[in-house]
Amino acid sequence: MGQHSLADRVAIVSMGCTRFAEHFDKSADELAVDAVTEALDGAGLTGDDVDAFWLGTYTSGISGLALARPLRLVGKPVTRVENMCATGSEALRAAVHAVACGAVDVALAVGVEKLKDTGYAGLISPKTQDDGTRVNTSAPANFSLLAPAYKNRYGVTADDFRAAMTHVAWKNHANGALNPLAQFRKEVPKEAIERSPAVAGELGVLDCSGVADGAAAAIVTRAEDAHRYTDAPLYIKALSLVTGDGAGAADPRYDYTTFPEVVECARRAYAHAGITDPRAELALAEVHDCFTPTELVLMEDLGFSARGTAWRDELDGIYDRGGDLPVNPDGGLKSFGHPVGASGLRMIYECWLQLREQAGPRQVGTAHRGLALTQNLGGAPGDCVCFISIVGSRLG
Amino acid sequence: MSDTAPATERVGIVGYHAYLPAYRLDRGEIAAAAGAMARGTRRVAGYDEDTTTLGVAAAQPVVTGRETAVGSVWLATTDPVYADKTNATAVHAALDLPPDIVAADLGASVRSGVVALLAAARDGGLAVLADRRGGPAGGTDEREGGDAAAAFLFGQEAPLAVVTANASVTAEFIDRWRVPGAPDGAAWEERFGEQRYAELAGQLLAALTRAGVDLAGITRFAVAGSNARAVRTVAGTAAKATGVAHEGGDLTGLVGNAGAAQAGLALADLLDAASPGDTLLLISLADGADALVLRATGAITAGRGEPLRAQAGAGVPVGYPQYLLWRGRLAGERARRPEPDRPSAPFAWRNRAYKLSLTGGRCRKCGAAQFPLPRVCYQCHAVDEFDPVSAAGQSARIVTFTVDRLAFSPSPPLISAIIEFERGGRLQCELTDVRAPLHVGDEVIPVFRRGATVGGIHNYRWKARPVYRPSEPDAGPEREN
Repeated sequence: MGQHSLADRVAIVSMGCTRFAEHFDKSADELAVDAVTEALDGAGLTGDDVDAFWLGTYTSGISGLALARPLRLVGKPVTRVENMCATGSEALRAAVHAVACGAVDVALAVGVEKLKDTGYAGLISPKTQDDGTRVNTSAPANFSLLAPAYKNRYGVTADDFRAAMTHVAWKNHANGALNPLAQFRKEVPKEAIERSPAVAGELGVLDCSGVADGAAAAIVTRAEDAHRYTDAPLYIKALSLVTGDGAGAADPRYDYTTFPEVVECARRAYAHAGITDPRAELALAEVHDCFTPTELVLMEDLGFSARGTAWRDELDGIYDRGGDLPVNPDGGLKSFGHPVGASGLRMIYECWLQLREQAGPRQVGTAHRGLALTQNLGGAPGDCVCFISIVGSRLG
Repeated sequence: MSDTAPATERVGIVGYHAYLPAYRLDRGEIAAAAGAMARGTRRVAGYDEDTTTLGVAAAQPVVTGRETAVGSVWLATTDPVYADKTNATAVHAALDLPPDIVAADLGASVRSGVVALLAAARDGGLAVLADRRGGPAGGTDEREGGDAAAAFLFGQEAPLAVVTANASVTAEFIDRWRVPGAPDGAAWEERFGEQRYAELAGQLLAALTRAGVDLAGITRFAVAGSNARAVRTVAGTAAKATGVAHEGGDLTGLVGNAGAAQAGLALADLLDAASPGDTLLLISLADGADALVLRATGAITAGRGEPLRAQAGAGVPVGYPQYLLWRGRLAGERARRPEPDRPSAPFAWRNRAYKLSLTGGRCRKCGAAQFPLPRVCYQCHAVDEFDPVSAAGQSARIVTFTVDRLAFSPSPPLISAIIEFERGGRLQCELTDVRAPLHVGDEVIPVFRRGATVGGIHNYRWKARPVYRPSEPDAGPEREN
């Protein structure tokens, strides 16, 4: 028994991504059609040419019909998948596995989310029927639990931690300002970030990712077939998924300063991709900056920063677009927006642009390293799903 | 017309506790809304407290460790949270009492308070007297009312005070009334009730004398009732008959008149100050008159807990508009978040040990405590190898916490924390009665409270409240952190 590397067996040959925004004028169906059509056009394909489809959506559709119906896919296997904020990545994972095992030649993964039809503030998560005993906290409240615990464990002052959180938001907004598809396309002064209205714990509105609508899609084929569709495919080096056992909420050993799921997920991804020094080997990382403290903790869990030092590395500009390892050069969830089911594939889309040197004014100078990481985190500290992909522009 | 059933010498109160909610409201603030003036304060239940949770809070210290000694549960209130459905069953569940006893409501009249005492005295039962009192905004009932609870466990083992006699007289007349379901009651001109109660008290004292009670041998007495004028007059009569001064008359100025719980507060106050050998007389004036005579034993000094007056002197000030919002007399702005779903009855029933009794499991293989009771141990993965473990009454520490301004709460913001119990196990729960900035490591204790009410179903659950030492200032309800 074991999990085995699929490195270099499957390639991404085309992608599509809508702008992430408050698309009050577009339905989930329309967003899906936009992203899928762009991906198909890029590869010179039609829906008929694709052998199987996976739709990732958190709240915006039930079953594969939610994709087959708007695209009028006839006689195709279409499946809806859901894994919280890793939903879009889960769709990609299914498509890659289908190609890798030889079941299909061409597969398409699309992530779609329509969040702005509810009229409510923040993300509204679907719930199973229960008895109301669990405390019904919001997502920012769940992730705000990291801040007091982290400061307490590492003796970081409130001012230093606040400055690091602010830097995350400032950096990601600065990156998003250069991205025509981002929800928020302007820089935000640090003072504005620190003055933003309180949402939960130490998090202000500008510590939180944008609630947005959007869709992103990828077409995958066997690596040896990739050049039929593009001159510059991206090869799948690793796809790693760890679904937590939820023990954090019960286990006194869990201290709310880390995501053990991410640590394990990264260990496996790096092993499959043959990465030993991620901070030096990766051209960029697209990580799940749902809230500013999350990005800080992820820098440590992903092995980019030593324990207790991510806040300082962040302040030192290590993760800026021109830093040692650019993190979230497309603006991240923070500024690109977070339509839950689409975000995983949006991250891959940035890798697609950056490793192919098509990212325009926000192009990172590290693309020659040839490897990029995407990472999603769904749930809450102590109880989460983590997905990591490594993609590369070269075989081997 | 009188009930002078001989009391069993051996039966007495083996434990008691009065609970006052944390908040107090200045009567002058209430009166100002009606262009009037008033003195003193009244106690106010938090937004997440009702008569069921108040009753649990009063009874928990009384029954903890002697659950199996409880012979019955009698819940008295004028403000039951359910009709048709019994409320005493939630009290019974929260206290984790054995299933093979009766738990019943008495009410919804003021008299039910003293009747709960009489009923519990008959079968070694637990009398829980809990009430929330209010009235039209700015008016007398709102000012003079109070929210409080008291619980008394009767039994034969080492009683603090034995019941030596009781008597009752009953009369039908209109003094105070309320139509079921109406938020506010009304009272006839006080003087009419005063006369009736004066007559009834005379009959009551005569009945006690016939039953062999030597009134001159009474060493302490208190009178409870919702007609303040009648209480004063009867207190004067009883003072003459017993030769001792009335006690507890000042309590209503601090706490307010707690309706069906008032007799409980008066009795708790008598017991708090009693010396061994004291003979105590409690008189309740409500649609008749009822008396309970007790003799304090040598166990009284060591056997009582925190006295009522220690709580009555404290309290966190709450503003009148906050009170009106908490009581639903003003409609507050709703969060732009969906309201909670109606709690599922089958789910709640399956989950009752955790939801209502805060019981989880301790793994027999590795010893890890976990809430709620799981099928598989998080630590050693043993399946179905758990002994029940209760967190109720345990102290806990904050692991981390947050103030959530986005989530739905009947009284935003929603403050929650991960807490870890002294005997193991942790859970994420809502914090309540938070009145100072929180820190990692702060001590909290679990408290039984009411969440949102949806579809008429009250969502009871355990929360935790910070433990404040007496030296810490009462700064008012925490809104900013």
